[in-house]
Amino acid sequence: MKNFLSEIKNTIKNLLSRKGRSFLTILGIVIGVAGVIIIISLGAGAQSLVLGQITKLGTNLVGVLPGQSNENGPPAAVFGIQIKTLSQRDLEAIKDKNKVPYATAVAAFVNGSATIISGHESVDTSFVATDGTYPKVQNVEMDKGEFFSEEESNTGSNVIVLGYDVAESLFPDGEPLGQIVKIKIPNNNSIINEEVGSIPFRVIGVQKKMGTVAFQNQDDQVFIPFSIGQRQLLGIDYIQFIRIKVDDATNVKSTILDVTRVLREQHRITNPTDDDFSVRDLADAIKLLTGITGTLSLFLSLMAGISLVVGGIGIMNIMLVTVSERTREIGLRKAIGATRKNIRNQFLFESIVLTLSGGVLGIILGILISYLIALGARFAGYDWAFIISPVAIILAVAVSIITGVVFGLYPALKAAKLDPIDALRYE
Amino acid sequence: MMLIELKNIIKDYNNGGVITHVLHDINLKVEEGEFMAIMGPSGSGKSTLMHTIGFLDRPSSGDYFFDGEDTKDFTDDELARIRNERIGFVFQSFNLLPRTTVLDNVMLPLLYSGSKNNHEKRAKDALVAVDLGERLHFMSNQISGGQKQRVAIARALVCDPKVIFADEPTGNLDSKSGSTVMHILEKLNQEGKTIILVTHDVNVALHAKRVVTIRDGEIVSDKKVEEGERKHSTKVETD
Repeated sequence: MKNFLSEIKNTIKNLLSRKGRSFLTILGIVIGVAGVIIIISLGAGAQSLVLGQITKLGTNLVGVLPGQSNENGPPAAVFGIQIKTLSQRDLEAIKDKNKVPYATAVAAFVNGSATIISGHESVDTSFVATDGTYPKVQNVEMDKGEFFSEEESNTGSNVIVLGYDVAESLFPDGEPLGQIVKIKIPNNNSIINEEVGSIPFRVIGVQKKMGTVAFQNQDDQVFIPFSIGQRQLLGIDYIQFIRIKVDDATNVKSTILDVTRVLREQHRITNPTDDDFSVRDLADAIKLLTGITGTLSLFLSLMAGISLVVGGIGIMNIMLVTVSERTREIGLRKAIGATRKNIRNQFLFESIVLTLSGGVLGIILGILISYLIALGARFAGYDWAFIISPVAIILAVAVSIITGVVFGLYPALKAAKLDPIDALRYE
Repeated sequence: MMLIELKNIIKDYNNGGVITHVLHDINLKVEEGEFMAIMGPSGSGKSTLMHTIGFLDRPSSGDYFFDGEDTKDFTDDELARIRNERIGFVFQSFNLLPRTTVLDNVMLPLLYSGSKNNHEKRAKDALVAVDLGERLHFMSNQISGGQKQRVAIARALVCDPKVIFADEPTGNLDSKSGSTVMHILEKLNQEGKTIILVTHDVNVALHAKRVVTIRDGEIVSDKKVEEGERKHSTKVETD
């Protein structure tokens, strides 16, 4: 033990006597290990962000999108392609209790961008046209007033619910409730007169500040009854999205099957590969998103791994130089009784100390950078968790020790094999 | 008691098919407590002989008995152990570890020995024996050449070996430092250590009690040095 301690002391002294070179030698390892730590931390952070964003929507939700999609890929509608296969009749069928028994509420959606005007103020934002059932489907918290009722949406009342930021910009110092705002009809080339190209709405509610939910800034949008948005603002007759609330988590899967069967009936589809819609639950969405971050992490880990290998080759290179520089010392050590094993261990130990200190520096650097990224993401308004898993640190330490052994072995064996006489004569 | 016995030792080097005979049929006996010089011009094979006797190299053929044991079948690790415990080397160019204290240099052989305790005490004692008890914590590059060689002698002594091999120990030293080093070797011999000195310099060789002259790989003379011819050094270097 005492011998081992003085071995450590000697090794560290040797390395410190060549600080500059030792540092440059381990730089590759530092970068590689920091990379691994950052990637693992970012992966975990992104995952928690995705989960947080999606679970904020509410639980036990099933979504219906037009267009077919493959099991693992995103639906075509996500890419902004307009598919017109979901109709009002489909919605009514899904709402039928006999056909989809576990659905407690169903809401249809269309959305678009709109310019909202109140007096001299105007805001470019996006609108969501949906049913009065919306608060039963998704989590909604109101700052003022109420969300529109099912009756208001069914009759197509000109009422509007503002997102928090929209309300702030339109009514910086006034009471928004009861005020009349106008939404310009988009893409209406024939407008000459502003009055013709816009629709008035009465403000009946303002949402609480909610931040982003499912990557949509909830505060920068407005809600209007479905039919007005669909017919009058967008001028379309199809549904872009349907969201269904299921009574219990255990019934989510059977509801997906029910909805699928209903839509196949509606669309007279017999062969599942001909489906012109896709039904997903949140578990699918989470799986999809974590799958994407997982693939990305794997790819980046590979890059970090390459950096570690390059770093290891650097270590090997420097250790070979060190061995040839210290040939006389090796000869002397052998002359005074060092065995091959002693010499091999000495150099192996030295390279492990090098890579391990590189690993420790890399861990510190990686944690620091991960923390800064988390800070940045929070500053940008995302609910980003700063996660450093102990597994990542253990992995980094293990990898740096293994790198030291793997790339230090050849130089160490070369040193151990030196003939003491040749080594002593070496100038 | 017989410490070293060489019988018909031959050493050849094969350099890409060209065979060089370095030692021919060497027969030599060294008793414990002797002070012997191996003398010869450069290229005579004297260093090879010392390396062979000191287990830094193996003979091509012949028998070597050390301390009563036939060494032919010893493994590399067993030879390393003999070098560690029973032999001390002093080299012309000192071979101290740079950026390392005097004390740590002297403790180095103990690192490879089986002994676990008293490393520092034993190293200090060895340094006191060479009059360097005051220089323990100096770096090896902060002391003079004569002092370096004395550190090297302390390092050779620290495991209490049976024999000390000194290869041109004064070769890199001025006459004063050289004289001090020779004085220490004489003193060690008086205390009972076997000393084998390798030199090309007759004035150095004459410090020994016996001079073996080697030329072209063969022992050409093996003479006892009469007390009248012997040179003695005194300690002239002071710290």
